[in-house]
Order: sequence, then C-alpha cells, then structure tokens
Amino acid sequence: MLAWSIYISFAGALVAALLPKGKPAAARWWALAVAVAGLAIAIADYATHMGAGREVIVDVPWVPSMGVHFLLAADGISRVLVLLTGIAAVAGVLFSWNVELRTNQFFAFYLALIGGVYGVFLSGDLFLLFVFYEIAIVPKYFLISIWGSTRREYAAMKLVLYSFVGSAMVLIGLLAAYTTAGSHSTTLAALAHAGLPVSFQMWCFPLVFVGFAILAGMWPFHTWAPTGHVAAPTAASMLLAGVVMKLGAYGCLRVGIGLFPHGLDPWGFSFIGLGSWRDVFAWLAVIGIVYGALVALVQTDFKFVIGYSSVSHMGFVLLGLMTLNQIGLDGAVLQMFSHGVIAGLLFAIVGRVVYDRTHTRQFSELEPMHLSRRLPFAAWAFVFAGVASMGLPGFSGFVAELQVLVGAWQANPWWTIVSGIGIIVGVAYIWRAMQKAFFADTLPSAHELESEHAHKFDPITWPEIAGVALLGISTLVVGLYPRILLDSIEPAVKALLAGGAQ
Amino acid sequence: MNYAALFRATLPETALEIAALLVLVADLGFLRKAALEIRAAVAALIGVAGCAAAVWGVYAAGWAGFSAGSDQLLAAGGSAGVAQVAILVLTALTLLLLIDTDFTRNAGEYVAVVLMAAAGGLIISAAQDLLVIFTGLELLSLGLYILTAFAKKSEKSAEAALKYYLFGAMSAAFLLFGFSYLYGLSGYTSLPRVILGAYMASATGASPLLFIALVMIAAGLGFKIAAVPFHLWAPDTYEGAPAPAAAFIASVSKVASFALLLSISYAILWFPGMLHMAGHVTVKFSTSPAPVTPGFVTAWPLILMLLSVASMVFGNLAALAQSSVRRLLAYSAIAHAGYILLGLAFFSWSNLSAQAVLYYILTYGLTTIGAFGVVGVVERATGSDRLDAFLGLHKRSPVLAAVLLVLFLSLAGIPPLVGFWAKFNLFAAVLGVSAGPIPFALVALAIAFSAVSLYYYLQVLKRAYVMPANDESPIHAHPVTLAVLIAIAAAVLVLGCFPALLQSWIASFYPAM
Repeated sequence: MLAWSIYISFAGALVAALLPKGKPAAARWWALAVAVAGLAIAIADYATHMGAGREVIVDVPWVPSMGVHFLLAADGISRVLVLLTGIAAVAGVLFSWNVELRTNQFFAFYLALIGGVYGVFLSGDLFLLFVFYEIAIVPKYFLISIWGSTRREYAAMKLVLYSFVGSAMVLIGLLAAYTTAGSHSTTLAALAHAGLPVSFQMWCFPLVFVGFAILAGMWPFHTWAPTGHVAAPTAASMLLAGVVMKLGAYGCLRVGIGLFPHGLDPWGFSFIGLGSWRDVFAWLAVIGIVYGALVALVQTDFKFVIGYSSVSHMGFVLLGLMTLNQIGLDGAVLQMFSHGVIAGLLFAIVGRVVYDRTHTRQFSELEPMHLSRRLPFAAWAFVFAGVASMGLPGFSGFVAELQVLVGAWQANPWWTIVSGIGIIVGVAYIWRAMQKAFFADTLPSAHELESEHAHKFDPITWPEIAGVALLGISTLVVGLYPRILLDSIEPAVKALLAGGAQ
Repeated sequence: MNYAALFRATLPETALEIAALLVLVADLGFLRKAALEIRAAVAALIGVAGCAAAVWGVYAAGWAGFSAGSDQLLAAGGSAGVAQVAILVLTALTLLLLIDTDFTRNAGEYVAVVLMAAAGGLIISAAQDLLVIFTGLELLSLGLYILTAFAKKSEKSAEAALKYYLFGAMSAAFLLFGFSYLYGLSGYTSLPRVILGAYMASATGASPLLFIALVMIAAGLGFKIAAVPFHLWAPDTYEGAPAPAAAFIASVSKVASFALLLSISYAILWFPGMLHMAGHVTVKFSTSPAPVTPGFVTAWPLILMLLSVASMVFGNLAALAQSSVRRLLAYSAIAHAGYILLGLAFFSWSNLSAQAVLYYILTYGLTTIGAFGVVGVVERATGSDRLDAFLGLHKRSPVLAAVLLVLFLSLAGIPPLVGFWAKFNLFAAVLGVSAGPIPFALVALAIAFSAVSLYYYLQVLKRAYVMPANDESPIHAHPVTLAVLIAIAAAVLVLGCFPALLQSWIASFYPAM
C-alpha cells in the first residue's frame, strides 16, 4: 500500500502540469488532495505496522541483465520518514496557498519532488534509491529559480551543483561496490551480504558518506543550505529543510553505514587524534552544530537564522549516526523527524506568515513594526516553534537531541561536551530572533499607529492556521509521547546495527 | 564471387539506393510545378518508406553476411545489425524533420543525398575489409559535405561545409595512409587477416610501422566521431549546417563511425580472445605460460583512452562558455564521444562492452536529433540559435519547452531518463572489464564531468523556464515536427523507465553465448 504514495505523487505531478493555466485554485486543491492522500496512506500504514519489522512491498526485476530490481521495502526507519514526508508535503501545500505565478507548474514540480522523496525512503535497491535521489534534485532547481526570492538563480544553481556533485560521488561509490561485489545484484540486502573487502570499504565509505552528507548539510559542505533555504519559496524551504536534507542523512545511514560498516573501523594509526573515519565525521558534525549555531547568532536576515539553525540541527543527526550505538542512532532518526517538523514550522512562519505581509526579513526593518501586536498569531506560533527548536522538554527536539547526546557520551564524551555549546547558543539565537522580530520593546508613536491603521496586514488565512496546527501538533505529540515513533525506530536500528556488525 | 549472396547481404543498401532514385524521379519528374511543402513531404515520405524497406532488408538478409572466398567482407547480425537498424530509424526521423524546413528548394535532392549517405553508414557498420570500409566511409562523408552546404543562401552553411570538407579530406588521407601500412605489413585487406598478420609480424619483433598505422587510423576515425584533438570541424559544422543536416551528422554519422570502431576493436581482440579461450583448454594439459600479448593490443586502447580523456575534459569545459546552443550541442557531442571512447578503450571480448557502447550511441543519437529538432523550430521563429532565443519558451510553446526539458536532462544523465542508463551501463561495463585503479579513476572523471555538464544544459533550460521573456508571441511548429519531437521525448522517457526494453532488443541481435 505504501508504494502508492510514490505513484500518486508522480501521477499528481503529471496531472498538475496538464491542468489549465488560468485556474490556480484547481491546481491548489488538486495538490492538497494528492498530498493529503499521501499522508493518509503514510498514517494508515504506520498505524497498522507499529513496531513491525522489514516488509517488502514490491519486488519486480527491472533490468534483469544487471540485477537491478524495482524493490520497494519499508522498515521502522522508512515508515517514520515517510510519515514525516506526508506531513511536510501537506503543510507545504497549505503554506503555498498564495502562489499565483504559474501555479500549476509550481505544484507539478512540488509533487514530483515529493514523489522522489517518498521513493528514496522506500527503496530497497541501491540503484532505485539513487534514481529517486536524483529525481528529487531537478524540481528543486526550478522551484527555487522560478518562485524564489533573494539571489534565486545563484542559489538554485549552487544547490543543484552541490547536490549533483554529491550524487556523482555516490554514483562512483555505488558502481565500485556493484562491480566489486561481482555485478550480480544491486539490492541493498544482496550488497550488504556480498562480503565487500575491508580495504575496499575503507575508501568507498567516505566517498559515499560525504556524497550523501553534502545534502545533509555537513560542515564544511553546508554552504548551499543557507543560501538555498533563503532563496527558496516558503514551501520549498520547508521541504528542503524538512525532508530533502533528510534524504542525505538517510543515505548516510542506509547506504553508507548499512553497506560499508567496516569503513568505520579504526585505521590502525591516528592523526591529530583522529583514528578512523568515524572520528573525522563525528568531529565535522560537532563543528557543524557549533558553527551553525554561532553563525545563526549574528545574522541580520530572519530567514538566514533559520537556515543556519538547520545546519546546526542536522549536525545532531550526523553525530547520532556516528555514535554507532542504539540510543544514538535512535536519536538520529528521531531528530530527522523532529527537525523536519520544527524547521518546516519555522520556515513557514518566517517565509509565509511574516514575509508575505511585511515584505522584509531584515531585523532592522522588522523591529519597528511591532509584530507581536499586529501579527499576534505569527508571534505566538514562532514562540512555540522556537521553544521546540531550543529543545525544551515536551517537544520532539528534546527527546531526539537528548538521545543523541547520551549516545555520543557513550562513544566519546568530548563530542557531547562540545555540542553542548551548540545547544546553549541555540537558545540564544532563537531568543534573539524572537525578540528582534516580534517583541522589540518600543512603544509605537502616534504617527506610527496611524500608518499601521492605514496599512493593515492581510488577515491570517485558514491554510496558515491549519498548517501551523498540523506541524505544531506533530512536534508536541512526539515530544509528549516519543514511544509513538521510537517503538518503530528501535527494532529497525537494532536490525541495522546487527547487520552492520557482522 | 556469389552475386546472389552479395545482393542478399546488401538488401538494405539496395533498398536505400532505390528509394533515392525514386525520390529524384518523383521530385524532378512529376512534381516540378508543385509547391515546396508538397515536394518536401513526398520526398520525405518516400525516404521514410525506403528506410522502412531497408529495415525489413536487414532482417530479411538474415545473419549471413557476405564473404568473398574465405575473407568476410560484410558482417551481419551482432553489432552490425544493431547499428544498421539504428541508422535507418534515425535517418527516418531526420527526414521527417525536413517537412517543416525552408532552407532549400531542392527537397528531393536533399533526401536523395541523405539516403545515399545513410547507405554509406550501413556499409561501414558491417564492413570487415579495409577497402570496403574506406568506400563506405567516403560515401558517407561526401554525402555529409553536400548536406552541410545545402542551405545555399546561408554563408555560414557554405563556410561550415568547406571547413568540414577540408578537415574531412585530410583525415581520409590519414586513414588511407594507415590502411596502406596495414596492407603493406600483412599483405591482406580483410580485417581479421590484417590483425593476424600483425600478430605474426610482432612475434618477430614489433614493427614501428604498425604503431604509425594505428595512430593514423585513430586520427582518421577520431575526426569522424569528433574526438579531441580532431574535433575542430564540429562546432562550425553544427552551427552552419541546416538543422536536419546537423541532426543527421550528429546522430547517424556518429552511430556508423562508432560501429566501425567496434569492428576494429573486435578484430584486434579477436586473436587474443581465441588464445584466451584456447588457453582454458590447454591449461588443463600443461602449465605453459599465458601467451604474450603483442604491443599493439595494448597500444590501441591506450590511444583510445587518451582521445577519451581529452574529449571529456575539453568538450565539457568548452561547452560551458558557449552562447550558441548549436555550438553547445557540438561541444557536448565531443564530451559524449569521450565517454563512449572510454567504453571502447576498456573493451572486452564478450559482447557486454559492445552492447553498452551501442546502447549509449543509439540513445544519444535519438536524443540529439530531438534537440536539433527543437533548435530548428526555435531558430525559424526567432532567427537565432543564441541562448537568449530560448527565453520564455515555456510560454511561447509549452510542448517544445517540455520536450527540451526531457531531452537535455537525459543528455545530462538524470534518471529516470534514458541517458542515465546509457551512462550507467557503459561505466558498469568499463569497470566490469577491468576494475583496476586506472579505469576506476577514468570512470570517476567521467562522472565528475557529467556533473559539470548539468551546468550548461541548465543554462538552456533556465532560459526556457526561469528567465523572463522579452517576446511572448507563441511559436508554432509544424504538426509533423511536433509529433516527431513528442515521440522522441516519450521514447527517451519510456526507455528510461524500462531500460531493459532496449537492452534486450540489442541483445537479440547477438547469438546466445
């Protein structure tokens, strides 16, 4: 059943492209219907497979001569991420309700991107995964370059070239793994049991891992992320931060760690304290956490704050992956979900609720606008999302980051100690953004009051309220009752670790 | 010599020649006073019918080939069969693009020349003899020079044809020079015997003349496939030639030339392949050392490898700087030739390499015809093939823009389009032949450069979809042209979603191993 989430998204994209140009409303409702159908499938499947093991959904030979299969399979990790994709997709449509320019094309690219993302999370064949991964790249280019803002063409091209270089590295690694394993089959299970030589894994692992990690925003390859997020239209930045960066992290986990577990073994020598690829990538993740947070602290553009915060939060995912223990990996997967929802919410508030009314994202211009009074909904939604992003108990981010930090402590306490700085700074930059954008402490003059009356902001629309509610409830539910996701994640991670450890 | 067998083996070529004559008779005899559109349509239709008859001929001729005495002159089936059918299909597509052009008043003559050139292509894809190769190559090349010059009112067309002709004549001289050395060294003109003679000669110490001959042949054929450093004609010819002629040069002539390279690579590997197979038997009886491979068996791949790297690097980098879409396509063609040469440089005696190369060149030919078709339509509407002529194409003609999107993304190698599978197939075949550090590094280079190529393909798509247009009047294409372009784009998409279709079709030409 889960496979239909892919099919209906692509079919929906095709129909959206063919819808008449002059009727944006039709395209909107169509896209919403398709996204909701995808979410319904994801929820129904999740509810019926709570805690179930790996299940093969479709398995058809695709290129028989090369052993490529059209193999879709889902385990707990896939189901959680498919659920995230469904939520992000619906929220994205809701927050793009005001797209008037070439609406049908916008939603065609949007749904094609969603279809690719579903596909990656459900692929059980390495090359199928790669195909979907690449399908997700092209729509991003058009979404950003056509409907984006600040330096959109530059940002779109930068993002696409970074992604494509990353996927080129992955492709090289995959071809090498395929031929080294004897060119029989490309399914993940077959390759994992092919017994790839340790020396081969040693050099192939970093290639594939970095290739995927570029899309996960790993420092120092993260520079596409802030510019891309800022330039993208609201729905695209929500998807970029919400699910596309997860594609990279998912690839690191499923392909990098899943196929080349020995790539993480110690080198046998140590260089400036680094003894294995694991150390290298863990420290890069830690640097990303701290660096992203510090840079977010000094931004003057509201959206850049959120953009850099994504780099910081994705660092936790990568750090969780490198802990290689149950709790750390659980935390990494949970953090993927949590950050997907929270970043989506933050971008929606900044890009749609605030920017589309104020037409500026500069703090210096937002400060005198008294937004807490004029847009109370935006202010309180941001407080809610910001608090979730800081990692306060009761929200999903707290559970996820705590698990990552505990896992990291077990692996190497220094990772936890240094990342702690990132968390503290994380509180600071959200606080600063909140204060500067919404709660700047000046009373309006009579003259300002008058002009505010003359230029009232458009009222908050129902899609915005629905979107904020959807994302807000998701983070709250997972924060209050994390077992709802962890029950699925834990067995899947256990199986992955067991498969990798042999 | 058995003339009945010769006739049977050359049925496809004969069909094309008859069609060429029919076109001339119909055009110059019956339709002298008819309107140009009708003449072009009739000529194109007769040409397409001729191609269809020739495809039937390929199958009807069976996989017998033709031999004079004990020497095979024309091969059949296998790579030759695939290339011949591909040449005919691609030729038919370029002919259909003619219906909507106005660069010439002599549509009948144009079609006749196309058909004769295609017959030359058929001959060289099957040729197994130096003289037959040269004859076929000249038949093809002369046709191409004329086609390039066919837009008589355009100075660019004449300039391009002259450049093409001068370079072509020189490269033909190189090729003939190389062939003459081969003949002198071995005393034969039949490819397998020439190679066998070369083996015998190198057993007593390799002759430097042999290496000179190989380099000369590589130069001559490197010109045909526009490999760096023999590529200088390509950008000018692609830019100056009428659009259907450019599409023909970029697709049909490439397929034929690569089929010829396949024959030569096969011939060179034939002897060690036999020894290898024999080796399996003898090893059981004695522990004799493996037969020493003579120097030229390693020299040929080395030459191809150098051409390949140069073409990949230069083609992709030069394409970045182009502002004319035709020149961009020319440099991208050079880059694609580089990828294919990689497949030929790491060639295996089994059919896998040949099939991967054919898969690539077929799908590339198909895609590039579509690309030239779109360029042709845009050029007629805007009078230019600059990048800026594509501004706002998605508004001016949504269908053309969508076709362009599919074709260019396929050229860049984005799945699920067929270009991705072509690259994947080819690189997997290269690594399957030899998984050493050198092929691996070269494959990595090729993949890295295909990431570079996405940049320049996106430059065109960016104009078509993203940047605002200064002229938004709709562009109308002839329904036939539009149908052909849509069919090509659909084929690129469908073959990409079901990559096994084309693969099994190609494999059906080879005897079961």
